[in-house]
Amino acid sequence: MSQTASTAPSYFIPQPSTWPIFGSFALLFMALGTTLWMNDVGEGKYVLIAGLCLLFYMMFGWFGTVVRESEGGLYSKRVDVSFRWSMSWFIFSEVMFFAAFFGALFYMRVISVPWLGDLDHKLLWPEFNAAWPVAGPGITERFETIPAFGLPAFNTLLLLTSGVTITLAHWALIANNRPAVVRWMVATIALGVVFLFVQGYEYTHAWRDLNLQLDMGAYGATFYMLTGFHGFHVTIGTIMLIVITVRCAKGHFTPTQHFGFEGVAWYWHFVDVVWLLLFIVVYAM
Amino acid sequence: MQATHDHAAGHDHGHAHPTGIMRWITTTNHKDIGTMYLWFSFVMFLVGGVLALLLRTELFQPGMQVVEPEVFNQLTTMHGVIMVFGAIMPAFVGFANWMLPLQIGAPDMAFARMNNWSFWLLPPAAALLVISFFVPGGAAAGGWTLYPPLSIQMGPGMDLAIFALHILGASSIMGSINIVTTILNMRAPGMTLMKMPLFAWTWLITAYLLIAVMPVLAGAITMVLTDRHFDTHFFNAAGGGDPVLFQHIFWFFGHPEVYIMILPAFGIVSEIIPAFARKQLFGYTSMVYATASIAILSFIVWAHHMFTVGMPATAQLFFMFATMLIAVPTGVKVFNWVATMWRGSMTFETPMLFACGFIFVFTMGGFTGLILAITPIDIQLHDTYFVVAHFHYVLVAGSLFALFAGTYYWLPKWTGHMYDETLGKLHFWLSVIFFNVTFFVQHFLGLAGMPRRVPDYALQFADFNMISTIGAFGFGLTQLLFLYVVVKCIRGGAKAADCPWEGARGLEWTVPSPAPYHTFETPPVVR
Ligand SMILES: [Cu+2]
Repeated sequence: MSQTASTAPSYFIPQPSTWPIFGSFALLFMALGTTLWMNDVGEGKYVLIAGLCLLFYMMFGWFGTVVRESEGGLYSKRVDVSFRWSMSWFIFSEVMFFAAFFGALFYMRVISVPWLGDLDHKLLWPEFNAAWPVAGPGITERFETIPAFGLPAFNTLLLLTSGVTITLAHWALIANNRPAVVRWMVATIALGVVFLFVQGYEYTHAWRDLNLQLDMGAYGATFYMLTGFHGFHVTIGTIMLIVITVRCAKGHFTPTQHFGFEGVAWYWHFVDVVWLLLFIVVYAM
Repeated sequence: MQATHDHAAGHDHGHAHPTGIMRWITTTNHKDIGTMYLWFSFVMFLVGGVLALLLRTELFQPGMQVVEPEVFNQLTTMHGVIMVFGAIMPAFVGFANWMLPLQIGAPDMAFARMNNWSFWLLPPAAALLVISFFVPGGAAAGGWTLYPPLSIQMGPGMDLAIFALHILGASSIMGSINIVTTILNMRAPGMTLMKMPLFAWTWLITAYLLIAVMPVLAGAITMVLTDRHFDTHFFNAAGGGDPVLFQHIFWFFGHPEVYIMILPAFGIVSEIIPAFARKQLFGYTSMVYATASIAILSFIVWAHHMFTVGMPATAQLFFMFATMLIAVPTGVKVFNWVATMWRGSMTFETPMLFACGFIFVFTMGGFTGLILAITPIDIQLHDTYFVVAHFHYVLVAGSLFALFAGTYYWLPKWTGHMYDETLGKLHFWLSVIFFNVTFFVQHFLGLAGMPRRVPDYALQFADFNMISTIGAFGFGLTQLLFLYVVVKCIRGGAKAADCPWEGARGLEWTVPSPAPYHTFETPPVVR
């Protein structure tokens, strides 16, 4: 059982740690490996995989240490507030990352594509019709888009529902009803996993049957980069949900102190909001 | 309960501490990490400086003498990337690490272990940049702004630069989240926000800017990467994209980035001038608001870097006026510094010399910035040496001079010794003279039409280029004197008092010199 904040020291400074240096080597290997691999040196993938393994080892160990410190009652109210501030700012940085890609979509759709289709450019590309969704004047291949009110709408429903189930899990945690917490968390995870499967199915369908590929100009690039980074964030979020569920099942957290849980919930809601935006501007509009 | 408290507050007194290299690799101490940041940035400063001297050597005379044009482009690019991301930014983070906990009465940064990682991400990134010189095609050569289509056409060196920037960005974001959290949540009782030293305020706002724009840079270079290797068309008109799109995203990051490099400098100068004028800072509140307005305005001026790409006149007008608006809060700051000195009882030790030098020379850089903000003039001066002169006035005489000022100011607190005042003053005078020899003439070169980023030039530019190169070598050698002064101060010298400066105020001067390994384990009470 966790100790309460009242017995923790007001400040917490961790012991010297070797985890960060593992992380640094991990990123160095990943960068070198990816560079080699992208430039047709096949062995690069092994360097990349080595880096990834090191990164997982580091994250497992580092987060494990944090969990032990937390359950050991070392984190005071002040540390809890620090976690809240830092998670909020981290999510803000993620928002700005997505903003760059939404900005690119906006620019292409509203500025560069119509511009390429205007009268001046008729000389260069007489055949080009700048009606969205479009690849670009230099791409003659055709593609189709995924209708919004099929699988994407279903996915929207999944994520919105998962926002409800995680809130129910949170309420159950506050009520100290462990079995209910785990049940609602398992439901949330299941919704996340189904979402990812649907997204995977949709990608396969788009790539093979609709000829919607990454090289399909403005539409292909923004479609895959936005939904791809979102899917990546859902994957990370699902892993975080699984970790938190296991911790709940093990009896971690108390009805009053459970920022680990809340932080993951915040992240999940953030991923949810990004999807809503995506659904509107990528699929529906 | 008491036992737990003692254990965690004095957490490592009873434990075996890693020694030797492992102390530095595993440390969670803000002073150790600050020291590493400062040394790392100084090494990068020397590396970037050597690249700059190679450039100036090639430009000593017209014609091609020393390097091939492709190598010249690589040197230009890497000089920029290394100085911005490897020297100036980490140096300010080093100051933040050392001084913020001392200034706000905290025992350490909010996330001491993540703080370690923020630092230890820098060496791998630096390694990637160094390696990039030796891959086929050489290092990235598109300029530090990495504009497509050049950045899309280059070899693997560009991939390495992109990953280096990703890692540096991750480091900056973690460092900034740490700083914001520390300032917002770790202040000593009674240290209200409006009682904070101005260095803490400027860093709070800088960290906010970093968290907001580093991810945008990450997005931009990720698009370059996918355009390079995964067939996307973000910056290719054939696919409906536009190279100008990159410029928009890059400068949405890039303009706030220049304030990221100057706001902490404002903070340092605002600490030093009151100390040596022996007066309170004039207009503290207006300084805070001016800093915040500069930060907010920095998000709506980015396209002043793009006046020649073919924007609608309305957009040019908007960005011109928005840019000129920034002169108002900046003017407030300069006014306040001068007003602080007014009727002060001033002495001119090295920190004060650098701070005064900062005001003079930075303000000149600010004025050339205003000139460049005016669209019709910028269209004439775009990509000329006038621009090079402008941003070196704000980055070298601005950011770097403030870093020197801060170093001399806090060196007694860091080392416990006084530095050699005579050599310090010599360092200042040589720096300020050689700086102006190097860069003042570049205004004339630019006005006469010499383009930047070229290894060769017309005969008419020969004289000024020769002067500039002589100045650059003088400036570079002078920095070895700085290294000597710092090393000498670390190894010995007159014992520094807890507060060696008569007029200095602030919590950092209440702890012994050198500052003990752990400070403020029991929070001080500020009234
Ligand atoms: Cu700018």
